[in-house]
Amino acid sequence: MLDTFDDRVDGPFGQVGTALLRRTLEPLLPPGGLVTSIEGMTPYETDGLAAYRSLPGAVALPETVPQVQAVLRACSALGVPVVARGAGTGLSGGALPFPGCVLLSLSRFNRILEIDAQARTARVQPGVRNLAISEAVADLGLFYAPDPSSQLACSIGGNVAENAGGVHCLKYGLTVHNILSLEVITVDGERLRLGSEGLDAPGYDLMALMTGSEGLLGVVTEVLVKLTPLPEVARVILASFDDVEVAAGAVAQIMAAGVVPAGLEMMDGPALRAAEDFAQAGYPKSAAAILLCELDGEEADVTEEIARVSDLLKRAGASEVRVARDEAERKRFWAGRKGAFPAMGRLAPDYYCIDGTIPRRALPRVLTEIGRLADAHGLGVANVFHAGDGNLHPLILYNSELEGDSERAEALGGAILELCVEVGGTITGEHGVGREKINQMCVQFTRAENDAFHALKAAFDPGGLLNPGKTIPTLARCAEYGAMHVHKGALPHPQLERF
Amino acid sequence: MDQTPALTEAVQAAAATHRPLRLVGGGTHEFYGRPVEGKTLSIAGHKGIIDYDPSELVITARAGTRLSEIEAVLMENQQMLAFEPPKFGPAATLGGAVATGLSGPRRPFAGALRDFVLGARILDGRGQALHFGGTVFKNVAGFDAFRLMAGAQGGLGLILDISLRVTPRPRLELALAFDLDSETARLKVIDLMRRPLPVSGAFHDGAQLHLRLSGGDAAVSSTARELGGEPEHLDVWGNLGNLTHPALSEGDCLWRISMAQTRTAPEDWGPVWDWAGGVRWVRQAADAPDLWDAAADLGGHATLFRGSRDKVFQPLAPAVLDLHKRLKAAMDPHGILNPGRLYEGL
Repeated sequence: MLDTFDDRVDGPFGQVGTALLRRTLEPLLPPGGLVTSIEGMTPYETDGLAAYRSLPGAVALPETVPQVQAVLRACSALGVPVVARGAGTGLSGGALPFPGCVLLSLSRFNRILEIDAQARTARVQPGVRNLAISEAVADLGLFYAPDPSSQLACSIGGNVAENAGGVHCLKYGLTVHNILSLEVITVDGERLRLGSEGLDAPGYDLMALMTGSEGLLGVVTEVLVKLTPLPEVARVILASFDDVEVAAGAVAQIMAAGVVPAGLEMMDGPALRAAEDFAQAGYPKSAAAILLCELDGEEADVTEEIARVSDLLKRAGASEVRVARDEAERKRFWAGRKGAFPAMGRLAPDYYCIDGTIPRRALPRVLTEIGRLADAHGLGVANVFHAGDGNLHPLILYNSELEGDSERAEALGGAILELCVEVGGTITGEHGVGREKINQMCVQFTRAENDAFHALKAAFDPGGLLNPGKTIPTLARCAEYGAMHVHKGALPHPQLERF
Repeated sequence: MDQTPALTEAVQAAAATHRPLRLVGGGTHEFYGRPVEGKTLSIAGHKGIIDYDPSELVITARAGTRLSEIEAVLMENQQMLAFEPPKFGPAATLGGAVATGLSGPRRPFAGALRDFVLGARILDGRGQALHFGGTVFKNVAGFDAFRLMAGAQGGLGLILDISLRVTPRPRLELALAFDLDSETARLKVIDLMRRPLPVSGAFHDGAQLHLRLSGGDAAVSSTARELGGEPEHLDVWGNLGNLTHPALSEGDCLWRISMAQTRTAPEDWGPVWDWAGGVRWVRQAADAPDLWDAAADLGGHATLFRGSRDKVFQPLAPAVLDLHKRLKAAMDPHGILNPGRLYEGL
């Protein structure tokens, strides 16, 4: 498992001991703002990737920007690594601490500082929950568009770190498309303003670079987000298919027809049956796959598009096409999709959610290959996709209490990600690399590309203190991993287990 | 035609001798930046569309490919570049568009060029070919170095190939003109933007407000009925984006001030704006005082679009400029790629 920091392949890691951390940091923080007891730190030992656990050296809970600056300056002086954490819902171990590091929690930065209805913006602290922004501006007829499935709990700072997407990003964009400016504290405590109140900024686009940088370049302390007018109506179509590949073909036809759905989701047989048992969404349990296609906008246009897409789906081979009759049925159709992950509990004691993106045209081939890889590893897989943007979430079913099952799940996950790279896709669409996919980075990027990532990081963080061991692998790690793997898709027998 | 080997050789030779290169595509955006002293390296011959599958909504092409060629191919498939890159001449290239990072009138409604870049293959300052991003919309592996190429003017890497997300053309598009003064028009547009209306352009030429509507038939028709105004030809929008509109083509100096659309500009900046009020275009005589501080006071930034060549872009905060220099050194350690194009010493 990757929750052990390995000095040999992750690089050197400064450790100064709890006593010195306490002596240095406690005076910089409010009362109770530094936690070093095991009981106090246990809630911070893992994030949304709960299989990985590790305790930090200390947990810092600053309340003001000067306190964040002071903690970063002190850690720089001590040479101690810092792992920033929002709500801890990330799925790739990006907020996983390592022994000796300082876990910097931004949870107390939980205020919406300003809502400007005229400018359609909100200035928020990083610990504000994603959904709380939309709730706060709903009565103005506005919303914050990115809607990761964890939006009830995840924080906007974490969304910036991961460049979070969501079901509706096909039409409304990712986090990077919905923010205007960031306040960032560098590792040496400098306060920077990136982006602007306007729609661009002079110089290099550092706001865009910061977005999705997973806590490796700086600590975000304020975000100016863009708000979007709520659409007049939203309606959803449920289409059933007897064949997964036919469903995949229908997705391509919708996209080629010039329709931009607000969401276009696909579930295969095992996933839709588990979701139906869990949420009673009204899915046809005998189907091999279903598509959910949501269209929103002006009422008459949505009515016209619903008719056009329904017709297109029938011609593309759907066995049944149903339009949600009312808002209650629309919510029910989505409840099944949103409950797909917890529904996996009915199929197996544990599931491991994978997150790759592929060009849509590769979908039939990748589905077939995933089935073959799953058989070779002796594990089941249920597939949930953000089909409109080619983002796959195969859910690997396993039982962590069975000897070797966890390792098999991890190996199967890695093989699926490498398959995504092989067909021209990527190892992560929205969950981030974090700790989880650090090895697969060696497959997606060449040594020179990976060196460039390290050089970019060093421009912000020369001592390598911000979230080390995550996101960009060291040369030593790739050399070790590469000894087992051939680079860039030239895997001779991808169906064989390699551990 | 793929000229990667020749371009690689040229960059490696320059790196070996520490001799700066002046990177040129179609040469149409030359005014947009400080002059570069160096050996001219033309990228215009490295051209051609590499991959385009309309159902993937992605086009990948070499940097020297002309924008007009890309837009024609997209048009055949009822698709477009939603950020409307300005073309300051027929020779404008894809690489030049990405390097300058400029977006047209649709920017406030559809997003910036940077938002549509999915991947880039570049040569860094050592002459190494690096590929960042890819051809898929959702991709968070590694830093988004491909987005960093947008607007970096080649200073962080010579752009070889670019993958862009493309957008279906709207089913209906029309243009309207209104006899409203600049301030009344700006406030009206701000009000309109609080509603989910199919607006895709809003600019004031000093005399009239011009609106463009794009989207489904019903939404565009009903909005046009509600707003009234005089129908006009859509050409006005092309002229605006390419700066050939009369409101922009006169005067010794042309300043572009980018700021929040809700900020009130000083009266002496004149009445002309685009981007729904988020960009003010200010024409001045050559000897008029500069606008750097005035722009910054309003939370915005200025660009000297036409006029002096020494200082073109808003000065950066010292800490931010230092960071720029470190990033430049990371990607181009010998400082050979378009040095000084954005700022002196960068």
